Amino acid sequence: MAHRLNVLVCSGASCISNNSLKVKEAMLAEIERLGLNKEIKVIETGCMGPCQLGPVILVYPDETLYKKVQVEDVREIVEQHFLKGRPVERLMYKSPLTDELVHKSSEVDYFQKQYKIVLANCGNIDPESMEEYIAVGGYEALGKALTQMTPDSVLNEIKISGLRGRGGGGFPTHLKWMFTKNEKSDEKYVICNADEGDPGAFMDRSVIEGDPHTLIEGMTIAGYVVGASKGYVYVRAEYPLAIERLQKAIGQAKEMGFLGEKIFQTGFSFDLEVRVGAGAFVCGEETALIHSIEGKRGTPRPRPPYPSASGVWGKPTVLNNVETYANVRHIILNGGAWMADIGTETSKGTKVFALSGTIKNTGLAEVPMGTTIRELIYDIGGGAPEGHEIKAVQLGGPSGGCVTPEYFDTPIDYESLTQLGAMMGSGGVIAMDETACMVNTAKFFLDFTCFESCGKCTPCRVGLKQMYGILDKITKGEGEEGDIEALEKLGHTIKTTALCGLGQTAPNPVLSTIKYFRHEYEEHIHEKKCRALVCKDLISYEIDADKCKACTLCAQKCPVDAIRGQRGVVHMIEQEKCVSCGSCFDVCPFGAVQRLSGEN
Amino acid sequence: MKNLEELRKLREKAQKEIQLRSKDARVKVVVGMGTSGIAAGAREVLKAFITEINQKNLTDVMVTQTGEKGMSSMEPIVEIHEEKKPVIIYGDMNPSKVKKVVEDHIVNGKVVEDYLISMEEK
Repeated sequence: MAHRLNVLVCSGASCISNNSLKVKEAMLAEIERLGLNKEIKVIETGCMGPCQLGPVILVYPDETLYKKVQVEDVREIVEQHFLKGRPVERLMYKSPLTDELVHKSSEVDYFQKQYKIVLANCGNIDPESMEEYIAVGGYEALGKALTQMTPDSVLNEIKISGLRGRGGGGFPTHLKWMFTKNEKSDEKYVICNADEGDPGAFMDRSVIEGDPHTLIEGMTIAGYVVGASKGYVYVRAEYPLAIERLQKAIGQAKEMGFLGEKIFQTGFSFDLEVRVGAGAFVCGEETALIHSIEGKRGTPRPRPPYPSASGVWGKPTVLNNVETYANVRHIILNGGAWMADIGTETSKGTKVFALSGTIKNTGLAEVPMGTTIRELIYDIGGGAPEGHEIKAVQLGGPSGGCVTPEYFDTPIDYESLTQLGAMMGSGGVIAMDETACMVNTAKFFLDFTCFESCGKCTPCRVGLKQMYGILDKITKGEGEEGDIEALEKLGHTIKTTALCGLGQTAPNPVLSTIKYFRHEYEEHIHEKKCRALVCKDLISYEIDADKCKACTLCAQKCPVDAIRGQRGVVHMIEQEKCVSCGSCFDVCPFGAVQRLSGEN
Repeated sequence: MKNLEELRKLREKAQKEIQLRSKDARVKVVVGMGTSGIAAGAREVLKAFITEINQKNLTDVMVTQTGEKGMSSMEPIVEIHEEKKPVIIYGDMNPSKVKKVVEDHIVNGKVVEDYLISMEEK
């Protein structure tokens, strides 16, 4: 029997960590208590996107969006809204612009500029129910491809669509598929790269958690095109929920015959297996990933041969990212021309971005290619929190670079971003305001890539270490003339000589911060100044005698007894003793402790 | 799964479960569920609507509730909203009247004048 209300509880990893499952349990209990269980259906869905509002609950048909719902709120929602029809306003979303209540989720500004293709089902269906996936047209693309189209005609639609790799490289998908298809071999493979390792990126995880069948359908269609009968999804072990839901979905698909022998009673058979990565960042590189699937150590090898000629087990292999496969069913159902209509000249369709950093609305957003960085950061992301200003966004994680406000009107596509020295990457977007030190940010990413370097090739193993050493020196106030130039030289050398994508892109965060924030590097080196007041060795603390109330709180907290003064006597910091730990700054209730840099 | 036909049949069946999440209901039935509405039997009226609509397999009708309408003596009150038509308000409803409203008004488009309290132009 159909229900009167559908209550969608976001069960993406972010909302779950904010207790959404407990809220759901409480809601079920309350619904049971009031005898509403036959009228109201509660559904766990994948990520709805606005993670900073979590746990998020969406009520249909009213389209009421509740934010930050806690167990204590459940009774009120069920009694007032579900029973009496009065939405609980204090928990509803308010527009940050007008401060007015937003009554329908579709009117929430965060969603309005978005265009959901890949994420259409995420947050709208129960990822663990294949019936719900079928209800929104699931597996029809597979049926259509297998029973009404030849592999060539499917490939042609992909070509017309202009789909390019969403993992970041942007290689045309139809070419990858065609190369693999043209290889003669007794066995071929389809692999999905779900080894999403960039700090700040969670698009792939959200797609698998929220709509696992979409991935299965896309990969099976790829198998049909290239003539493969076996596929692997390589997921990192840090994504347990994604793995669990994907495995469940594969089981359901096998049971219904969407995977297995003679799918849709055609001659085509295809099987899928999940391989769990052990957490090495380099395994996101395709040849390292293939080694890892084979049970070998996850290190890259030189290309060619490309995986399309010699991939897993030495057989022709097509390898794409989660988001790329998630586009496939829509292309088959709507035709390639439909997607070719969306986006820019060179980049078609949409791209999912994960917004994080100093931005109001962190979360997941899908926008058409060609949307400007400004629209993404301000219209969807809501800009920086009050009193702050965004000075750069970092795109593409440790492989990408930063973009400054004067370039925010650049339309997002593969070419424009690369031109700016950033890259599409997998879609991680980290916003930074004046409290971020660009030298330190570059050092953070380099620390990451140094740690993740597999050590196989010298430029990456040794070169990155050298770059890190120079950055470390600069942030400690020991920078010298020539350091910036040395960083640039090393960076360019590593980019051209490293074996794989990890090393070839790892210098980008350094090179792009030097390009746009050279003055910050120079200040660190020449004036020993960190304008963001981040680099510990470059900052000092002083007590403003006018503001100090001589309460002794800071003196009590100081770990090295560097603060002189007593009750009634204004305090002072002995600079020779001070270790710049900042505990006085943190505890002072009067804001009398000042953090300074480059003043002497 | 044999063919697309079979899949589409399965889809039709499954669609009913997620109907509420699509935004294209033809008719919206709003039941007043304030305290006095509930006391007067609005819960039964609401349940009756759901039962009738499910039995008749009306997939384009949405049932929802609202708070007090301010005419306590006429509770339970029900509004029928349709695109480009005035809102029809029925009063003093009960499950057997619901049956008639569903048959005559929602299915056949004929307003049940006996139960009518008012018509509101949008």
